[in-house]
Amino acid sequence: MSKPRKQIILGHYLGGVNHSTVWSDPDAGSQIDFATFRHAAQAAERGKFDFFFLAEGLALRERQGEIFDQDVIGRPDAITVLTALAAVTEHLGLIATVNATFNEPYELARQLATLDHLSGGRAGWNIVTSSDAFTGGNFRRGGFLDRADRYTRAEEFLAAARQLWDSWADDDIVADKESGQFLRRPDAGSFAFSGRQFDISGRFTVPRSPQGQPVILQAGVSSEGREFAAGGGPDAIFSPYHTLAEAQAFYRDIRQRSGVPGRPKVLPGASFVLGDTEADAIERHREITYAQISGRGAQVLLETVWNRDLSAFDPDGPLPDVDPDTEAPPFIQGRARIHQNAPETVAQWREIAEANKYTLRELAIHVFGRTEFVGTPTQVADRLDAFVQSDGSDGFIIGSHLTPAGIDEFVDRVVPLLQERGSLRTEYEGTTLRDNLGLPALTGQVTPARV
Amino acid sequence: MVPAVSAGKETSVTQLHLAVALDGAGWHPAAWRTPQARPRDLLTAGYWSGLLAEAERGLLDFATIDDSLTIQSADPFAPDERTDQVRGRLDAVGIAARVAPVTEYIGVVPVVTTTHTEPFHTAKNIATLDYVSTGRAGVQIRTGGFGGEAALFGRRELPDLNLRLLNTPEIQQFVAERFDEAADYVEVVRRLWDSWQDDAEIRDVTTGRFIDRDRLHRINFEGRWFSVRGPSITPRPPQGQPLVTALGHATVPYRLAARQADVLFVTPLDTAGAIRIRDEVLREVAAAGRDGQLKIFADLLVHLDTDKARPDKARPDKAATSDHVSDARILAGSVTTIADHIEELHQLGYDGVRLRPGVLPDDLTAITGLLVPELQRRGLFRTRYTSSTLRGHLGLDRPTSRYQPV
Ligand SMILES: Cc1cc2nc3c(=O)[nH]c(=O)nc-3n(C[C@H](O)[C@H](O)[C@H](O)COP(=O)(O)O)c2cc1C
Repeated sequence: MSKPRKQIILGHYLGGVNHSTVWSDPDAGSQIDFATFRHAAQAAERGKFDFFFLAEGLALRERQGEIFDQDVIGRPDAITVLTALAAVTEHLGLIATVNATFNEPYELARQLATLDHLSGGRAGWNIVTSSDAFTGGNFRRGGFLDRADRYTRAEEFLAAARQLWDSWADDDIVADKESGQFLRRPDAGSFAFSGRQFDISGRFTVPRSPQGQPVILQAGVSSEGREFAAGGGPDAIFSPYHTLAEAQAFYRDIRQRSGVPGRPKVLPGASFVLGDTEADAIERHREITYAQISGRGAQVLLETVWNRDLSAFDPDGPLPDVDPDTEAPPFIQGRARIHQNAPETVAQWREIAEANKYTLRELAIHVFGRTEFVGTPTQVADRLDAFVQSDGSDGFIIGSHLTPAGIDEFVDRVVPLLQERGSLRTEYEGTTLRDNLGLPALTGQVTPARV
Repeated sequence: MVPAVSAGKETSVTQLHLAVALDGAGWHPAAWRTPQARPRDLLTAGYWSGLLAEAERGLLDFATIDDSLTIQSADPFAPDERTDQVRGRLDAVGIAARVAPVTEYIGVVPVVTTTHTEPFHTAKNIATLDYVSTGRAGVQIRTGGFGGEAALFGRRELPDLNLRLLNTPEIQQFVAERFDEAADYVEVVRRLWDSWQDDAEIRDVTTGRFIDRDRLHRINFEGRWFSVRGPSITPRPPQGQPLVTALGHATVPYRLAARQADVLFVTPLDTAGAIRIRDEVLREVAAAGRDGQLKIFADLLVHLDTDKARPDKARPDKAATSDHVSDARILAGSVTTIADHIEELHQLGYDGVRLRPGVLPDDLTAITGLLVPELQRRGLFRTRYTSSTLRGHLGLDRPTSRYQPV
């Protein structure tokens, strides 16, 4: 029996601080003006995307103690800009990446519930857990969290936030002008949460929002991260796996750990390059990748793993013949660490470089510059669809090398093909982000505990 | 600021600034029960967009959006158990961000509490608000600490406070420290706004540099309550420095505003009070070495008579009067009466007035539809916007970054 066709979940991700945004392109726009965000979000909504997504980094990246100057940097507060985008979009989900270490549940739960109200139920939160002391230098409490505690805090944070979101029942506001009764009960919003990280109590100010709770995503793929993602908390996981085999293995692993059919959704980041012919696309892709990763950029990308100065190594020569430094403090600061085991990673890279006769720059391009979907619109649509239908993922969070208009050609040329195949909606069916993602509504279910 | 005490209205050269303070259904506790009130919509985008559009029709300089981390209460020091008044509200920065794209001129100034929040987050949130409003953002700084606020965060032990204890030395010291902390807070926020020079982004293809790193600055703030390294993750906002405002009722907050704010809201209850407060604030401003750099606004809670036929007892300021107490002067009367009061404040040297509408939308539409035309007729208020930024409305320059080499 053939499986029913899965609907592809699509998010659009606007690159904030990264090496893949080609700022030198004459068509590259502002990284910070509201017009940029409006353009990208409205394009995504035209393409019937499920959501718009923004990442976060709470300290500017540094290399050897100096602010890193080659990549685009400078970004807005995600929740604030998404709340503004709610004014210029109607159906698009609005997902903010927000760190669980350098925020407090009470404040963040308020901001997210506010976004949910003011967008009519389109809020989402991507929980990240970076907890380094470098970033802590910008905050009252500093870098206080042991790496081992990052998911304990994230889990408790989410539990506390959920208690806050559930502290008002759907019908707590009566607002009957005749009788003069505004609240149904005198203690609406009461909460008390006690754990290892948080011991908080009081009354939450934000009455229950349209979705009840924002949609929850998680980014982080260590086994603790996977347990957290699969443990019933997050609705979706933002994954870094792009090759079909790796992605399928991750997908199976997450679903096995969760034991709940269809949960959590698995969404890798993905980028694309289109061409009128396949040859065009490949040539365009080559140009884009070389613009994304210069010789100096390649050295820096490898420094994130080698953890030492590689500027003396010719980018067009072989891989550095030195070992990674596992003892020294971080050479590059403020970048989310995805490769945890440096010696192992370097060994793998040496094999890849050996097998393909890659130079330092070519290896960096191979590892960091890969664009997953390169081809004609038909080829890209076919591959995206096949990836999802064969359980590599439930969809993608798609970014482009060009801010903000890069997504336009995807919307204009690929989206109609996905719609023709019946893998992407042609109209929004509901009004909330949960509706877009096919998640059951939570409203009407809460009975706040009396505290 | 030179007080224009002797200036009559004919010779008055400076125009008055007008702001409106928005909170829930209005500042009267029973406002939500009036016929035009929309108490079930207080948490919707449509409600707030409508209010801001109305305020913009009246050419107002800005709207503040009230907020508190604790739930509304008739008791200033603790949550209450009442069910007959509006309870529950949204985060004010969120409201300001949501209305910014659907307005064009009016400044948006949310309240932010400084006692538990991170100055780094506040700096980037307000900078972002400045971007999404293309230069119309401000912030009203509020110190917290009371009414169970500390327990919401669970990070600090703060004393219980009630009226009886308010004048004890410990509490006085506590309050003074919260304002010192707020002064540090604003200092950090302002430094972070300046931490990117305006010319930091260079996009220099030849050298492959997106920014000139020498034009980004650590702020290296070290204080008693927090240390913040910087720079901000958000480039310098369109106004350079979004507007910083504060409400004050006593010397300690006046001093904070004199040191750090662009606008101070005060609450004189009569003419003598208006003179006394003005003089005290001006002394603090002079002591801080910031003559002419702080705009003083008087807060007035207003109920405008628009319908002579309406019986008094239907007016919410007459109903439930015992509940209707305020830190600000409550004025109920005709457009002419209220315009007279405003004109008097202007003649006393006040830069502006912030009106707290007793009832929404009624008192707001009366302000924009009746009071503003009356003030325009008297030559006291603008007849069109002549600037597109909030600083511009107030006649404030766009400052260069403190880190910009001269
Ligand atoms: C796909 C992906 C995206 C991420 N995006 C961010 C981000 O925007 N901001 C951030 O601070 N951390 C980000 N992270 C870092 C994670 O939150 C986490 O700190 C890191 O992956 C280490 O956790 P782990 O050991 O479970 O992988 C991201 C991680 C992944 C895998």
